[in-house]
Amino acid sequence: MIEIHNVQKAFNGNAVLKGINCTFETGKCNLLLGGSGTGKSVLLQCIVGLMKPDLGSITFDGTVFTNNKVDIRQEIRRKIGMLFQGSALFDSMTVYENTEFPLKMLTPEMSKEERRDRVEFCLKRVGLENAGNKMPSEISGGMKKRVGIARAIAPNCTYLFCDEPNSGLDPATSIKIDELIHEITHEYGITTVVITHDMNSVVEIGDHIIFLHKGEKLWDGNKDQILTAKVPELREFIFSSSLVRAAKRVDEESEGGLEALANEPLSEV
Amino acid sequence: MVKTFGSFLIFMQSMLVRKERFAVLWKRTIDECVLIGTDSVFIVSVVAAFIGAVTCVQISYNLISPLIPKSTIGYMVREMTILELAPTITSIVLAGKVGSSIAGGLGTMRITEQVSALEVMGINSASYLVLPRIVASILMFPLLVILAMLLSILGGYLAGTLTGAISASEYIEGIRSDFIPYNITFAIIKSIVFAFLVSSISAFKGYYTEGGALEVGAASTGAVTNSIIAILLADFVLAAILL
Ligand SMILES: Nc1ncnc2c1ncn2[C@@H]1O[C@H](COP(=O)(O)OP(=O)(O)O)[C@@H](O)[C@H]1O
Ligand SMILES: [Mg+2]
Repeated sequence: MIEIHNVQKAFNGNAVLKGINCTFETGKCNLLLGGSGTGKSVLLQCIVGLMKPDLGSITFDGTVFTNNKVDIRQEIRRKIGMLFQGSALFDSMTVYENTEFPLKMLTPEMSKEERRDRVEFCLKRVGLENAGNKMPSEISGGMKKRVGIARAIAPNCTYLFCDEPNSGLDPATSIKIDELIHEITHEYGITTVVITHDMNSVVEIGDHIIFLHKGEKLWDGNKDQILTAKVPELREFIFSSSLVRAAKRVDEESEGGLEALANEPLSEV
Repeated sequence: MVKTFGSFLIFMQSMLVRKERFAVLWKRTIDECVLIGTDSVFIVSVVAAFIGAVTCVQISYNLISPLIPKSTIGYMVREMTILELAPTITSIVLAGKVGSSIAGGLGTMRITEQVSALEVMGINSASYLVLPRIVASILMFPLLVILAMLLSILGGYLAGTLTGAISASEYIEGIRSDFIPYNITFAIIKSIVFAFLVSSISAFKGYYTEGGALEVGAASTGAVTNSIIAILLADFVLAAILL
């Protein structure tokens, strides 16, 4: 469990995080939901230690991370896996070497064979067992995200952070990546935090959702509660998509039109 | 200016704390050495050979007095290339080649969050990425400078004999007369100082890139300009101190 206590951050007097309090639960996909520029990435960077919050503290399973001793912070960092928005693969290394990298750096005591087994297992887990020799420049965006996930989970991380895992992906690939993150979280019982502004992800994998708006937490709950939430900003956010508006219009124009549409059998994708 | 210098010193210091294991850094250093070597050996050779050739031809053009022996041409080519042209021109060429590649490489890693990815793993990215590049430069620059000295003298020989300005034996007599070994030491000291300046300035520029592809380009150009100015300043200071 990760606890965020009163985290504040400002850039040049411009407050981006205005005292965030929340918890990310173990064994669940915790979503940080919010529009662009609401401070989601800044909050994530504060949590993983890439940025220092001006005020407040962050606790990983009871151990304080913020302003603690270097050794203790380092100990926590080694349990963190992170998938970056642009995947951030090392572009001078192959897919295999990218996945092996954290093992080489963080667990030098591992033998070559153990390392190879672990890398092969992780690549297989994300469905890339045949792409080990490819360079990052040769693979698609969706595959890059998969490699990013493999690299993040390779050292047996306890905490997995994903910054907009769906950005730049087509809807079908997005769903596959979401499912992968969700499955991995439940399989290994890790604490996962996913940044998203995509309602598809929310209804798909939102075990626990935290809604941020202009640097403040306005709501938290799960995917079954979110559609009936009463917070106006959240309702605005959910129902502002053109798809929802178009659907509403269809619904209003033809009595029960939406239901009729929903009952039509979907063709296999 | 003072502020930039201060953050440069902090950057240098951050490289030396929380270092990675020696084996890891050493392997990275060797990789960088190979990269610098393969990247620049061709351009350094071409530049050095032509500078030697041009120096030889121009000196013989200027030496018209029959009282001065022809071998002086060989002597002067040697002195000029060893003391000044080989270390300084080679380092300026390397500032363009190695400096821009260090700044561009680090800048790209920064804006594509590869630096952050290292940091999240608990790796000191400055020490992992920058230290090997600086050490590799310090190892490789002197070697390339020595190569440049040899090729310059060879270039002078070819140019002198082919144009008929000087005979082979006169040239060789010239380059063997009044040789001061300290000049070689001085040139190597210079190349080590230039190596440190080019690699650290370029790394500093690249490591703190912010923004996008445009800024990476700007960081590369900035790295080259600043490195060249630093080389020329240091050249003057070293000559004043050590000669
Ligand atoms: N390093 C930084 N320096 C200054 N301002 C920043 C920095 N990082 C983010 N910001 C600002 O913080 C705000 C929130 O950014 P961010 O967390 O990236 O939004 P998002 O929720 O879309 O991820 C933005 O207005 C951005 O301009
Ligand atoms: Mg963001």
